[in-house]
Amino acid sequence: MKKFMFVNRKAPYGTIYALESLEVVLIAATFDQDVSLVFVDDGVYELVKQQDTQAIGIKNHSKTYRALEGYDVEKLYVERESMQARGLVEADLLVDVEVLSSAEMAELMAAQDVVLSF
Amino acid sequence: MLHIINKSHGQTSALASCLRLASDGHALLLIEDAVYAATVAGATSSGVGAALSRLKVYVLSPDVQARGMAARLVDGITPIDYAGFVDLVAEHSNNQSWL
Repeated sequence: MKKFMFVNRKAPYGTIYALESLEVVLIAATFDQDVSLVFVDDGVYELVKQQDTQAIGIKNHSKTYRALEGYDVEKLYVERESMQARGLVEADLLVDVEVLSSAEMAELMAAQDVVLSF
Repeated sequence: MLHIINKSHGQTSALASCLRLASDGHALLLIEDAVYAATVAGATSSGVGAALSRLKVYVLSPDVQARGMAARLVDGITPIDYAGFVDLVAEHSNNQSWL
């Protein structure tokens, strides 16, 4: 088993990155790998509650984050600095995450076998 | 002139360049990922808050709602719908979509 990290740095909907990341995460989970998702910079916005995409005609994929647990993807990390810079706190997020400092995030990143960036 | 921005200020310098080059009295419309600059935290970090005194700033509501930011908008920015977007374009003699 290898340690896979998915680094999410983009806001949802404006680009396809957030959705593509989720797709690949689910594939990796199917192959029984050790999967971590991290959210830094604008990627933190992917996890914000109360997303309602009805008026823009795009699928609301934010609900998928809540289903990750069912695929045994339970390691979700958010960088504290990114969250704070955007005026967000843990209670604003859709799912339970572990909030890490930049230094802790750096350590976690360095310990991976494979890092995929979105 | 109407300036239109569709990228997050956390990802590109489009908004920063626009704020530097837009003249007083111009209109600025934030759409898609640029709507984060209309939130309380985003208006500060992007410079939009400081520009409110010299630019008329609008934000596209459907994009705000999609991103779960409706309760976080800063005062002084006017939310508009798609029809309002069309009106803004029609009202201004020219416009610039910053990429």
